[in-house]
Amino acid sequence: MTELLRTPLFDVYKEHGGKTIDFGGWELPVQFSSIKEEHEAVRTKAGLFDVSHMGEFTLKGKGAEAFLQSILTNDVSKLKVGKAQYNIMCYPNGGSVDDLIIYKQGEDDFFICVNASNIEKDFAWMREHKPANLKLVNISDSIGQVALQGPLAVNTLQKITDVNLAEVSFFGFTNGKVAEVPSVIARTGYTGEDGFEIYAPADEIVKVWNAILEAGAEFGVLPCGLGARDTLRFEACLPLYGQELSADISPVEAGMGFAVKTDVEADFIGKAVLKEYKENGAPRKVVGVEMIDRGIPRHGYPVYINDELIGEVTTGTQVPTSKRNIGLALLKAEHTAVGTQVEIEIRGKRLKAEVVATPFYKREKK
Amino acid sequence: MSIPRELRYSEDHEWVKVDGEKCFIGITDHAQHALGDIVFVELPEIGDDITAGEPFGSVESTKAVSELYAPISGKVVEINEELMDNPNFVNESPYEKAWMIVVEADDLSEVDGLMDADQYATMISEE
Repeated sequence: MTELLRTPLFDVYKEHGGKTIDFGGWELPVQFSSIKEEHEAVRTKAGLFDVSHMGEFTLKGKGAEAFLQSILTNDVSKLKVGKAQYNIMCYPNGGSVDDLIIYKQGEDDFFICVNASNIEKDFAWMREHKPANLKLVNISDSIGQVALQGPLAVNTLQKITDVNLAEVSFFGFTNGKVAEVPSVIARTGYTGEDGFEIYAPADEIVKVWNAILEAGAEFGVLPCGLGARDTLRFEACLPLYGQELSADISPVEAGMGFAVKTDVEADFIGKAVLKEYKENGAPRKVVGVEMIDRGIPRHGYPVYINDELIGEVTTGTQVPTSKRNIGLALLKAEHTAVGTQVEIEIRGKRLKAEVVATPFYKREKK
Repeated sequence: MSIPRELRYSEDHEWVKVDGEKCFIGITDHAQHALGDIVFVELPEIGDDITAGEPFGSVESTKAVSELYAPISGKVVEINEELMDNPNFVNESPYEKAWMIVVEADDLSEVDGLMDADQYATMISEE
């Protein structure tokens, strides 16, 4: 067995009772107190996640923007300096290499955050397609990242930063200090709540983590693990690479069509297929499903109508707050209308479920 | 970690309590800690036969499904219906409120082959 990778925050997990698991080769905390408590903390107060396993690249040089537009699905020309943008990087057949966020730090100067499990694949893909003059560097090992998410994230972080957070809008970011540590502070996240993702040097991220928990103590901020991160993102219907998105699943099928702009001039990789899917419909679609019979849908469970296999569950659980037994499922498009009765096979038994509206959770706008 | 002395334990972290002809079966305190918040319990039906070492049901946390492995062979004569609506009992009271099934053992001496509290404590300390 190969040794598991650890983030620079590994040693602090124990202080908070963190229970670690093998997460795609990384030894990461699945929970600290309990998934339910952590999930609720993020929905009502705030929670702090170690996401230092995520990958970060820098891309610089004349033509960087044009290059990104040639490999990404969103309209990169719309992105202003100081703003971040969600993107999918696709194969020619429309399948997804990865989903990622690009941060525009200056003209032809980008910071890119990719999924941990895809760091090497993404880096190789970008290097293979990029013009020689552009400088692409994988800085993943030198960057730590924490996510502070929840309605009281702003109150917590404001106590320990020199940045006026009211000036950082959704999907905006800025350079600033958190607990005296030079950081990139982005108003982004993966929970469906307001919050921040903070990038800082790997050797100083422990200081950031501790300062946030100390500042957040009065607000009830809890350290949170990947278990709650998964239930939170799932409830908000944000895709997870390897489940809702994959080499076999295009962003349009995953319901991420809003980040696929086929009217851009550039002929980005995958555009022809994605344009066809957007205009005439994709053969499959990720939809919400809810159990009618007793049972919990899980990743990989097959879905049937009568005896026809129509797809499979991509993510499923019992959601901590609502206790609903729900899932996301990739189904043949003709069976995706809300209210469609389906059967999900759970340990050899076909149990009744139905297609329901998504997202399962939406934050109330103040 | 609670490991009552009067119970017997399997390598799959189930406990057995013998009460006359009846064998109560559940999962250990150590197991419920490792699994986290249990949100769903699936049990066999009364009259089903269970076989030592084979799955007889499952418990689910938010994160994952875990099979329950029969510590002994026998016929299911009672199931704990309360766990359907209160799966949290598995976390709160693994040895009392969260007994899962009652089995009539095919061979009661099978229970003697299970670990006692000291042996089980040693096993989990070595995990």
